[in-house]
Amino acid sequence: MKKLIFMLWLSVLSMPFMGIKGGIYLFLGILASYGIYFLLVNIFGKINKPAIPVNIKFIFTALIAVSFIFPFLVKDYYTDVAILVCIYIILALGVNIVIGYSGLLHLGFAAFYGIGAYTNALLTTHFGFGFWSALPLTLIVTSVSGFLLAVPSFRLRGDYLAIVTLGFGEIIRLVLNNWDSVTRGPNGISNIPSPFILGFEISSLMSYYYLVLFFVFLAAFIVNRVHRSRTGRAWLSIREDETAAEAMGINTKKYKFMALTFGAFWAGLAGALFASKMHFVSPESFSFMESVFVVCMIILGGLGSIPGVILGSLILVLLPELLREFQSYRMLALGIGLVLMMIFRPQGLIRSKDA
Amino acid sequence: MLLQQIINGLTVGGVYALIALGYTLVYGILELINFAHGEIYMIGAYLGFIFLGIFTASGLTQYSLILSLFLTFVMSIIVCSAYGFTIEKLAYKPLRNAPRLNPLISAIGVSIFLQNYVMLTQGATDKVFPHVIPVTKIEFSNVTMTTLQLFIIIVSLLLMTMLHLFIMKTKTGKAMRAVAQDKVMASLLGIDIDRIISVTFIIGSGLAAVAGLMVAMYYGLVNYSIGYIAGIKAFTAAVLGGIWSIPGAMVGGFLLGLIESLGASYLSSEYKDAYAFIVLILILLVKPTGLFGRSEGDKR
Repeated sequence: MKKLIFMLWLSVLSMPFMGIKGGIYLFLGILASYGIYFLLVNIFGKINKPAIPVNIKFIFTALIAVSFIFPFLVKDYYTDVAILVCIYIILALGVNIVIGYSGLLHLGFAAFYGIGAYTNALLTTHFGFGFWSALPLTLIVTSVSGFLLAVPSFRLRGDYLAIVTLGFGEIIRLVLNNWDSVTRGPNGISNIPSPFILGFEISSLMSYYYLVLFFVFLAAFIVNRVHRSRTGRAWLSIREDETAAEAMGINTKKYKFMALTFGAFWAGLAGALFASKMHFVSPESFSFMESVFVVCMIILGGLGSIPGVILGSLILVLLPELLREFQSYRMLALGIGLVLMMIFRPQGLIRSKDA
Repeated sequence: MLLQQIINGLTVGGVYALIALGYTLVYGILELINFAHGEIYMIGAYLGFIFLGIFTASGLTQYSLILSLFLTFVMSIIVCSAYGFTIEKLAYKPLRNAPRLNPLISAIGVSIFLQNYVMLTQGATDKVFPHVIPVTKIEFSNVTMTTLQLFIIIVSLLLMTMLHLFIMKTKTGKAMRAVAQDKVMASLLGIDIDRIISVTFIIGSGLAAVAGLMVAMYYGLVNYSIGYIAGIKAFTAAVLGGIWSIPGAMVGGFLLGLIESLGASYLSSEYKDAYAFIVLILILLVKPTGLFGRSEGDKR
């Protein structure tokens, strides 16, 4: 009875927006889905703990194996999507260092991604750099911006840090949007060249896929090694209890600097790869929603778990591509998904071992 | 010119202050940045648009403008409060004892959901708010002020005073202050925490509804995306004044409105939205407790 009243309440609430008819449909819809859920539970018994029964290691070995021959198996379109997945994995690995390992909720990561993309775009189009000669500079610029943004994290914790980093992200986007003489404003920068390796232009989808895949492996390997080092353990201790970590003699400032610099480094790499893949950058690609999207990836996959981050990026990039016809509903679903995830499985799909 | 900008700034500032009150109340009690609050404000603006449309279509507006405006306000406040109440029950209550990041992420989820819900049901284009309210200009020397601006400033001041009296004088207000100070102790003393939290969300959402409606009237446009930026600015106002301080939220809101309008006219209007963020970052770095805030030691 209580549930019925609740459903009725929800549909009445939606009436101003959806009309009386829409509200009634919503009520019937919720009722029907609840009925189906009720039936399923009665037939199959209560869903036991949403543990992942299959062996994660096996799946990942298979995934890695498939990733090597992937472009030969599928149409070009899917290779294109796979490149995007790879770029997001690199970005998400960077965000994971800051949010997942060090526990600093950073909501402005799109800024580092954007700085990386724009630095690459400007260096290659205005100053005649090639991709490879621009890359070190790009990485230095983004790392330094990460280093500078570590300063607020000394005094602010939790949600206050979140809102400051969000503000930083917005400021960067506004600068990109309004500094017409350099960034060409909302029109963006086009004609960004492809990278060259040994005189060969990496412009075909397949060759670019392998280039990006190489960087994914590199990033996953390095991040994993750092995570298991003394530095990684220091980050975890800051996440668990900053005061205790400080009492144990960990220089929290130093490790926060390191976390943000290192995280921004990977975001910069992802940005540079994105710019040279798309041959075009504009401020729209680096909005607040982009930051939230990446945070969703690592939360969905499992904070602090590298397989989780990879899985999360895979799911969140692939799903919208597969569900093209429901495109307008995907953000709606993302919002509900975030809330449900927080309530029912806050540790994500793959729980990090040290969580 | 200067005086004109000050009047414009105060108008917008009053709106920021009203939204900021919702943030400050919720943050004071739950220590949660309610990201969805900006969306509630946006929903308030839409509800005003929808209800006024209904009243105009049914002929009530032609019969009595004051009555239909009054009913629009009342209905928007009721429905918005219901939204705030429901959101708290669905998305925040189950997470009350979870780590602090979880409700925050849940709030971001709610915000994304509400934005897209309104976009899908009402369309992505700007809605033109019906021009039923007669606006007369009051001019003195070279400054013009519309009656609407005067209305916004007066209503926001009035509501803030009422809220301040409510918090300070009534029993529920006293209980709210107690819960904000110490939840466990308050519940030991027989205060129903769940009820107080619900009341907080209802009041905050009601104020946001008024803010949304007034902005819709002022600019004449509503769009599903107005909530996010207004929410962030209002939060800045709350932090500027000092969180969990009602006079602080008022002063913060008006100050932010002034900074924005003066900055836009004297520095650069392109970076209008950035001023709020710059102010926010500076305050948090220099004086995290804000102008009227209490120090909370380790909490931030």
